[in-house]
Amino acid sequence: MKFQLNEEKFRDAVVELIRLTSTDLPEDVIEAMRQAQANEEDGSPAQSVLGVMLQNATMAKKDSTPVCQDTGTNIHYVTVPEGISLRKVENTIIEATRIVTQRAILRPNAVDSVSGKNSGDNTGVMSPYIHFEEWDQPAIKIQLALKGGGSENVSAQYKLPDSRLKAGRNLEGVYKCVVDAVNQAQGLGCAPGVIGIGIGGDRAIGMIIAKKQLFRKLMDTNPNPELARMEERLYTDLNKLGIGPMGFGGKTTVLGVKIGSAHRLPASFFVSIAYMCWADRRHTMVFSEKEVIYD
Amino acid sequence: MIKLQLPVTEQDIRKLKMGDEVSLTGIMVTGRDAAHAWMIEENPDEIRDLLKGTVIYHCGPVVKKEDDEWIFVAAGPTTSIREEPYQGDVLKTYGLRGVIGKGGMGEKTLAALKDHGAVYLHAVGGAATLLAKSVVKVHDVIKLEEFGVPEAMWVLEVKDFPVVVTMDSHGNSLHTKIKEKSNEMANELMGI
Repeated sequence: MKFQLNEEKFRDAVVELIRLTSTDLPEDVIEAMRQAQANEEDGSPAQSVLGVMLQNATMAKKDSTPVCQDTGTNIHYVTVPEGISLRKVENTIIEATRIVTQRAILRPNAVDSVSGKNSGDNTGVMSPYIHFEEWDQPAIKIQLALKGGGSENVSAQYKLPDSRLKAGRNLEGVYKCVVDAVNQAQGLGCAPGVIGIGIGGDRAIGMIIAKKQLFRKLMDTNPNPELARMEERLYTDLNKLGIGPMGFGGKTTVLGVKIGSAHRLPASFFVSIAYMCWADRRHTMVFSEKEVIYD
Repeated sequence: MIKLQLPVTEQDIRKLKMGDEVSLTGIMVTGRDAAHAWMIEENPDEIRDLLKGTVIYHCGPVVKKEDDEWIFVAAGPTTSIREEPYQGDVLKTYGLRGVIGKGGMGEKTLAALKDHGAVYLHAVGGAATLLAKSVVKVHDVIKLEEFGVPEAMWVLEVKDFPVVVTMDSHGNSLHTKIKEKSNEMANELMGI
């Protein structure tokens, strides 16, 4: 089936996707925080901080205002049908980004790294960030994450073996890197975080895989049983670190751990760790000729 | 919950202890990377009266303008540690009594808090809509053109702005305490 792109409708749909992502936390994230709140000790700072976070999420959704003022790097993972002009899709996403920034749903967040000037509308070199793939469906899918600077700054990349961590070139070594990264992050990435991990690849691919994991639902199960076991183990152990919400101490340090992998060179073994804050803003849109579905 | 009116005296700030929950009312000023570099490198006079006795808030807000008036739409704290090279000197030079941010700060700032009589107040990171609602009026903005919206210094009137004292003026830091314990556990998990 041939897919015809109605650019105006597509632009409006992308505007709504960005608005939704900035102002409305996904239901599975809210549910995980509610459970965490119930699990923390009554009257503890951890419990009260989770309460403030949940109250903030409710207010942001009701008023259609940003959950967090750092509306982050806008990461678009776009999947298109055969024959669609990537240039047109890119231009439409850029236009939608400008519109949403004007409406104070996004903060002007793109700074020229050479001159130091803020572009004022979130557009610039590689901003917003758009990653393209193709599929066989007559629709465009956009997975959008807004990832703030605080959480990006504590994201990390390790090269195995690592003598400081006594970590070898195997899954046990990966485990140690993740424990170290989350411990180093403390509350700085706005804990409780969601941890996306990319094993292998080169440095760039490893991070793309790590960030892609952030689109998985918190309660899903990794299809690779070995990785599924590692996700479970890391989730349990990271929550023993006692860092807690915002680093004030407590039982909830992470809300989820998700692992993906890519083939690597025999000589390289990278572990890429993408830390996402509790304000885990991600939504998906599937845009076809007859309907637009948001999740 | 301790209620505190801004500006505040050194004596009142010295009474605060690590772990106290505080609610702030009065005038405060935002400032982050560009502002801190500016304050130290150019030592501007025009903000001296404004900063004396109040707190500086590490925040780059989302704002909108309605009928010629600025409105704070979203305004949570940003990571404070980036200002570590400047913070101690900024506190002393401008007579500030506190810093609001997230993630805590380092040894140099902790020493300055003790020496000068100031506290580090932690706001809930990401709680941007809720914190913006505590801003009742935007009085002024400094360096908007040059620094851009997130980096400009916004002069705010706040009411019941909620924070927790995580570094007090007696040398105590909750961040150090939590880090020591989590380091121990991390080493145990990693077997090192």
